[in-house]
Formats: sequence, structure tokens, C-alpha cells
Amino acid sequence: MNACAMRPAFNRDKIMHQIQCPWCGVRDEAEFQYKGDATVVRPADDADEAGFFRYVYLRDNPKGWHTEWWHHVAGCRQFVKVVRNTLTHEVAATGTPADTLQVPES
Amino acid sequence: MSVGGKRLAQGGAIDRDNTIDFTFDGVSYQGHPGDTLASALLANGVRLFGRSFKYHRPRGLLGIGFEEPNALVELRSGARTEANTRATGIEIFNGLVASSQNRFPSLGFDLLGVNQLFGRFFTAGFYYKTFMWPAAFWEPVYEKLIRRAAGLGTASRESDPDHYEHSHAHCDVLVVGAGPSGLMAALTAALTGARVMLLEDRAWVGGMLALEGQLIEGAPAEKWVDAVLHQLQSMDNVRVMTRTTAVGVYDHNVVVGLQRVADHIAVPGKGDPRQRLWILRAKQTVFTAGAIERPMLFGNNDLPGVMLASAVRGYVHRFGVTPGRLITIVTTNDDGYNTAFALHEAGEPVAAIVDARASAGELRLDPEALGIKVHRACLPVKAVGWQSVKGLVIENEQQQRTTIDCDCIAVSGGFNPDVNLYSQTGRSPVWNEAIAAFMPAEHRPGSQSAGACNGTYSLAECLSAGAACGAQAAAAAGFDKAPSGALPAVPATDTGTILAVWHGRSEGKVFVDLQNDVTAQDVTLAEQEGYVSVEHTKRYTTLGMATDQGKTSNVNGIAVLAAARGEAIQNVGTTRYRPPTVPVAIGAFAGHERGKNFQPFRKTAFHQWNVENGAVFVEAGQWLRARYYPLPGEDIMAALKREAKQVRESVGMCDVSTLGKIEIFGPDAAEFLNRLYINNWLKLPVGKARYGVMLREDGHVYDDGTTSRLGEDHFFMTTTTVNAAGVLAHMDYHSQVVWPELDVVFCSATEQWGGFALAGPNSRSVLQKALPGVDVSDEALPFMGVLSTSVDGMPVRIFRISFSGELAFEINVPWGYGVAAWERFFAAGEEHSIIAYGTEALTVLRIEKGHAAGQELDGRTTATDLGLGRMASKTKSFVGQPMSQRAGMIAADRPSLVGVKVVDSNDRLRGGAHLFDRADDVDSRGSMGWVTSVTDSPAMGRWIALAFLKNGSDNIGKRFYAHYPLKSEVVEVEVCSPHFFDPDGERLRG
Ligand SMILES: [Zn+2]
Repeated sequence: MNACAMRPAFNRDKIMHQIQCPWCGVRDEAEFQYKGDATVVRPADDADEAGFFRYVYLRDNPKGWHTEWWHHVAGCRQFVKVVRNTLTHEVAATGTPADTLQVPES
Repeated sequence: MSVGGKRLAQGGAIDRDNTIDFTFDGVSYQGHPGDTLASALLANGVRLFGRSFKYHRPRGLLGIGFEEPNALVELRSGARTEANTRATGIEIFNGLVASSQNRFPSLGFDLLGVNQLFGRFFTAGFYYKTFMWPAAFWEPVYEKLIRRAAGLGTASRESDPDHYEHSHAHCDVLVVGAGPSGLMAALTAALTGARVMLLEDRAWVGGMLALEGQLIEGAPAEKWVDAVLHQLQSMDNVRVMTRTTAVGVYDHNVVVGLQRVADHIAVPGKGDPRQRLWILRAKQTVFTAGAIERPMLFGNNDLPGVMLASAVRGYVHRFGVTPGRLITIVTTNDDGYNTAFALHEAGEPVAAIVDARASAGELRLDPEALGIKVHRACLPVKAVGWQSVKGLVIENEQQQRTTIDCDCIAVSGGFNPDVNLYSQTGRSPVWNEAIAAFMPAEHRPGSQSAGACNGTYSLAECLSAGAACGAQAAAAAGFDKAPSGALPAVPATDTGTILAVWHGRSEGKVFVDLQNDVTAQDVTLAEQEGYVSVEHTKRYTTLGMATDQGKTSNVNGIAVLAAARGEAIQNVGTTRYRPPTVPVAIGAFAGHERGKNFQPFRKTAFHQWNVENGAVFVEAGQWLRARYYPLPGEDIMAALKREAKQVRESVGMCDVSTLGKIEIFGPDAAEFLNRLYINNWLKLPVGKARYGVMLREDGHVYDDGTTSRLGEDHFFMTTTTVNAAGVLAHMDYHSQVVWPELDVVFCSATEQWGGFALAGPNSRSVLQKALPGVDVSDEALPFMGVLSTSVDGMPVRIFRISFSGELAFEINVPWGYGVAAWERFFAAGEEHSIIAYGTEALTVLRIEKGHAAGQELDGRTTATDLGLGRMASKTKSFVGQPMSQRAGMIAADRPSLVGVKVVDSNDRLRGGAHLFDRADDVDSRGSMGWVTSVTDSPAMGRWIALAFLKNGSDNIGKRFYAHYPLKSEVVEVEVCSPHFFDPDGERLRG
């Protein structure tokens, strides 16, 4: 009988509801406040109404990988960019707002 | 013939030299240390443990562990009462008080037992069908009726005197269940050096090895269990936690465990919690939760005396108790025979073995050689007996019936791997024909199952699977030192075959779910009525929805549904298991976050003075704010009017420490503010304050406050109390994400600066007396002026700003100077009869001045609605500016801020009233506006209010009617400017 089936291990920064803050290191997810979609960018001040409408109101709700803001409110108070799987809560990468993060194939 | 359970002359892991006294339903009994409530009651011959949920049928004990569906009791009494506890899991202690549930008025004589005579009205969906109509009957009639008839225990109305706590822990390998597989998994992982935690629901470890007489290394298995336990406990990297149930598995291998710290003693030890909820974070989890035996479906299979076969031999072996005097075994597999052998070896008679199969596998002993009658290829039809089992009718393949006299029926319909935790990881169990059960398939990464919960039943295979999974889990967690040592030697056994028997040739009521009283007939009826999906059947019949989550009933129910659908079981599938695996007291989830500890209180810099001077406090978010300071005999209205009047006539002090305060530095600080606020900040001179308004990006007003320029590159912002944290996060986002090019830094200073308002015509005189030598004249400190100074070594910031409309100053001192500074100023005001005023008087004063606050800044109003539109700069962009120009945001007929006052000074106004242009025949569609803040104004001599009204300024001077339907009040009001008092602001510039 099949005694046990093994899966590859997770990396340290992908497990246990923890987030790698670029400034503080691996921290508990409870220290962060979710701040939503990090793919939307504030348009230029002179952008048209439609551009601001998209920025303020329109959000994708992807099943799978998503790039998000997690605000380290109980730590360094920095906005951390996080690539998270909305289905499994796996975290593939974290970075600063200036970083461009690789998003895995869903 | 005597019937029922009894204590055997010898055997069992109980301390026969000591006795424990306890009571059940008011009757005193004795047991021994090591007994559970279930084993001790069985030993005393108790058969009736409760009444069933719907039909109030008598119910006895079915199992021996957390699978027990029937023997739910109310444990303890008074404030410590805990309902729905399983007698099988309760360790008895001296003085234990337990009572049965669901009986009315007594367990033996139950009036509602007549429900079963009307059984046809209680079929599937009976709640839906019976209590549907009329809706008005729900609360007064149906709900009470259902609760009376079906209440599973009652909660105490007293506050729980015990406390519960939360603990967090990390480990490399978490093993759930300390049976043979779990012990091997934990030991193997631990020997690699990995940090291991081993959870066990029971007070003792060993699982099945502690419940039946197995041999390991030629000796009773308990010896090996003790040795492994001792070895594990001696290792620094191992934590063995008994009385701890894994109640939930979450993402990333977060496992929640409930540790019953003090449930086995009368009162928790000093400082101990009753229970502790563990939040465990494991790199790898190994589920070794075992398997649960499946009851069989036949008529009256719920009679007291019908038990799981493995439970019967567990009581014999572990507790030295036999549940009956003459026991019949009914089995579909070889394991059932082991119960017959255990009884025989204990010297107890076995009435017969009924085997559904034509022949058994390779057995340890020959039953017939032991004198036990075996009925092969026979199925149970019905149990006979009224209050408990008196016999069993069976039928062979030729449909010939035989009645066997017995007082206990030990049934084995096979074993269901406990896939609860596996299912919680989001994976579905699959049907396995060989073991006739659902078992795990592909696991979530980072978790595995070993042993019986993975469908592996022989001891040798459990030990090897446990070792393999333990080693692999440790390796996956980064510990690859190969564990040494051979597996312990055990006799080779064949787990044999099983014949999956579901609903055979039974008669009468056949119960599938004992706890929720769901019969096989209910499941079949549900299918006929179209509830063919297993998830629909579950909800329609309530199958598996009781506190046991269908541990003994789900698979039988699925099988009956499959038969009704004419499909294979695998096509029906299982329902999803959800946490918690066992009922958990709400107190354990709450932990210490209850009552006053639900969230921390924040106290202001002057809190102690407020306490000592009789302040009545109000909770504002987490803050405790002084609401008013009543004189003896004064009520709130009298106090707030006196306080407001004294501020207008002389001087008062108000604690405003709760305002959000943010220190902002950097060469781009002014530019940063310029982009956050609607008004201009670049030209604000050093030493000046300015009132600012912020929008959200959607164009609505977010927050307001005064911000001061303390230096060329240094600003000091204040926010409203409620938005202090939000504004800081709003600033973090914009400085880090949107405008990272701006050279600006800031941090919260809310709790670094204590602040109070000093307001009233005499405020400058008080200020001068408190700060001798500081020039506080109108020239040195004009309206909106700011002064940073110090007095006697105490830094002081003085802001000449006014919320009350009077000549006023806001004084900030470092938090630690709070009470000393307050007392200094209060003493300085003595000659002017200075008073402290609270948030109520503050509200009176600000409404009289038409200042918007939280009720007006409700997230739906624009700057123009609030009369602040002219502040918005036309020459710059700012957060919210683009969206504030959308058509709906600038529509001419948007309700805007006005004042209203009652025409008849005897009338009163209420917040939330709606404004209409007529007194009668109104409905919500005709509302022209609404009242936000109200006060009985001392200055105006009547009730006044701030309100939003369509075409607000055009309506000034007109009469409207304020309707308050909650109290059927209609009050005539006159619309006016919101600046009721001193509209030209002469007083605050004085
Ligand atoms: Zn951080």
C-alpha cells in the first residue's frame, strides 16, 4: 500500500503565513496590513477622468498569482510588494515599490 | 440474567487501589484513576447516556474516542458548565458532576419521546417543511419549540470564571496522532535532529496499541509505547503534547491545536488556563490520526448496547470493563473477530459472531475451537429491546431468520481512515475498493498521511509507514541525517478482506447519523425529492452536521445515497470537512481577548487628572476620553451646558491628546503637504498654522485638521482622532509608492505630545499667568500663530487655533509632562473659575460654530458639500482633485451643509431626522436632507443642528419639518447658516 506520497518542500520564505520584508526580514503575516492591487499605478495629474476611474475603482480579482501591497504597519511601515497566490497563499517574491517582481505562470 | 456493563476482575490501565467519586444525573458513582466518564459509567452498569436529538430515543455509548455521537454530557455545573462534551474524552476526577442532555424531564422518562410515534412528520427536510410558514411564527413559536425539543445542552448564563490562552510555536515536523504510526514518525524525525511536535487527543499515547493486546518485540505493546515515549520526552528537540487535539489545518501548514490543560481536574491550577489554543507553524506535517470504525445499518441500530466492536475491546483492554454480559459480534471483516477473542481471553462469554462474509481470512485463533458460534453469510436485520438491546435478529442468504439473545451488539462495518485533516488541506479523499473506504490521494505539498488514516491497518505496515513519513518529512525540512535503527519486530498479520455491506435486509428505523437522528430512509427520501448531490443531501437531511461532524455517519450516508442514485460510491464523493474537527469552546478562540481585554485602552496624557476629577469617560475607538465632568447631582445635560457656558463666559480646558499628530521633515515637506491637502501650503510662513482638508482619491473628504510650519523643513500635522492611523498610512503610500522622488520623512507623534485646548475670553490671561515671561500678546501670537518655547525646562508648543469659536490656544507638552502641565494651567485659571470641559461640551461649542466633524465627514461628502469648496486650489493638483470634478460630485442639487434650529424652543431635534417641506404624508422618497449633529445650545437657547439639505443656501430662512419616524416626531425648523454663534469670528480674534 502507498505509505506516503512526498512533495517537494517549500522554500523558507514561502511557508507559514510569513512575508519577507525587504527591510526587516521574514516577519509574521499578522504584522502586515493588506493594501490591495499593486499593479495599478496613479495616472499623471492631468490624466483624463477615465484614467483616474480605473485607478480608483477597477481591480482584477485573479485566481492565482497576484502582485499586491502589504504594508508593514507593525514593523518598518514600508509598503512591500508581494507576489502572492490567491488560491494557496504561497508567496513567490517580495520587494520594494521600485522592484519589478517576476510573476510565476499560474 | 443481569445485563449491562461491569468491571472485570482484572486488567486495564486503571488504578484499582484508588477510587474517585463522581455524579451523573444526580446519582453518585465510583470509578478509578485512569477511567473516562464513559468507562466508569459502563463499569457501573449505566446504559442510557442521553436522548436523541429529534425523536428523543434512548441512546447509549457507541464509541471510545472523539468519534462518539451519543454520549454527550453537560460537564460541571454553574459558571463552569460546558455543554456537548463527549463522555469518552472526559477523565474523571473527584467531585465531577455531569448530566445528560436532551431529556425532558428526566433521562429514563422522556415526555418528548412520543416524537418517535409521529416519526413520519420528522423526515428529511422536516425543519424546512414544518417551520416554513407563517414567517411571523418563527421567533415567538417555532424557534422556542425547536430549542426546547432539540437543545443540545445549555450554556451557562454566568461568566466563565476560567481563562483561556493562545500560544504560538514553530517546528520542523508536526505529527498529529500518537498511535504506532505517529510514534514512529515522531521518533524517526526526531532522531535526525529536526524539531518535532507530537499531538495526541487522548491523555495517553499509543493509539490502538493502548486499546488492544498487541505484541511488539515479543512483549505487550505498551512496553514499547512507554519506551518510545520516554525516549521522545528525553530529547530536547521534541515536544509531546497529550490532551491536545488538532482542530484545524490551514494554509502553509498552520495547524491549530486545542490543549485541554485543566479539563481533567476540578479547578485549573493557579495561573493555569483551562484550555490553551496553539497556533503551530510546521515546515512539514504528518497526519497519523488513525481510523474510525464504521457502524452497521440495521433496524433499531441506535439502541443502547449497540457499540463499535473496536470500542468494546478497547473498554475491555484499557479500562477492564465489559460493556455487556453477553455480547454478539457483527462484522464485515476480520477485525471484528479480534473483539470476540479479547472478550474470550478476558473470560467473558460471546453470544455469537455474525459475519457478512461466507468465510473469514486468516485469523489469530479459531473461534469455533473456542466454543464461539459463527453465523457466516448472515446480515443483521434488527436489534430488539425497548430501552436497550435484548437481542439481535439476523438473516441468512436463504432469508431464514434467527434471533440471538444478547445485551450488547459489537458492530464492525469496516474502518474509515480519519481524513478530516487531509480534507481540510483542500484535497478530496478517494474511494478505495480494497478497504471499502475513502482514503487520502495526493497530498498538499508539505503534508503526508501515514498508518490507519492513510488506509494502512496492519501494525507492521503502520510502523514502517510512520518511519518512512517521519524520515521524509525531516529530510524535506532540511534534516537528512539518516535515522538509524531497525523497525520493531511485530507478528506478521493479514488484515484480510472486507465485504462492503451497507443497507441490508433491515426492518424498522435504521439510523445513519445518530447525533442528528438521520435515518437511511431520510437519505433515500432526500434523493427522491431531488437532493442528489451529497452537499445538498447533507444540508437537507442534516446528515453529518452535528457536533461530531459525521465521524461515524458520513460514509454510511454516502453509501445509502449512492444506492438510491444507483451509482458507485466514488461517483457520489464526500462532503468537505471543515475546522474544527471537534467542538471547541468559544472561550478558547477568544483567549484573553474578552471583556476589558478585548482590545487595549489608550489613555491620554491627562488621564490620571481626569480620573481624579470625576470625569465620565467615553470610548472613542481605543481611547478613553473625558466626556463630561459632572458636579455632584448633575446629569449629563446639566454638566455639558454648564461647561459650554463657562467656556463662552470665562475659560475652560479640554483634553485633546487623542488628535493624530505627525511630525514631517524634509526639503520637500511643503510640496508633499501641497499634494495631500486641497489648499496651498508652499507659502505658509514658519510659525503659522493652517487648516487643511484632505480628500480620498475618489474625491470625497477624508480628513481635516490644522498643520503648522515649525521650520522651513519641519511641519507638524494634526488629524482627527479617528483617522490618525489611516492618514499616516495614506501618507506612507503616497510618499513610498506614488511620489518616491519627494525628499520627505515623517512619523507619528500622537503619543509623544499631550494636548489640551485652553478656550474662552480669559484664556490669554490664564496662558500668560501659566507661562510668565513668554510674550503671548496678540502681536506675538496672532490668530493662527504658533510658538515653540519652554518653561521651567518643559518644552511647550502653543497654537493659537480655535474649535470653540472663542479666543483659544492649543497647548502641547511632551506626553510625560501631561498632568504637571495641566495642573499648572488649571491653577493659573483659578481666579477665572476655570473648568475642565469634556467631549460633550466640545461638541456643543463646535456645532454652535458650524464646524464639521465625524458626523459630517462621513465619507460621502465633498468639500463643497461642507462649505469648504473655496479652499480648494485651482492652480495645483492634489489627491482626489481629478475625481472631485466628476459630474455627480459637482451637481448643483447635492445636499450641502446648513444649520437648522427649532421654531418652537420647546421642541427638540434628533440626529438622523430627515427634512421635508411638509409636516405630514411623507415617505423616504421625498426627503430633502437629513440632520447630522444636534445640540441643545446654551448660546442659542434652543435645539440647533447641522444638516445636509438640497439647495442648502437657497433655503436659508425657510421652514422645514424634521421627521424622526423612530419616535414618530415631527418638528418644525428654520434653515439658517451653520455658523450660529459669532458668525464673523470676532471672538476668536480677540
Ligand atoms: Zn519591514
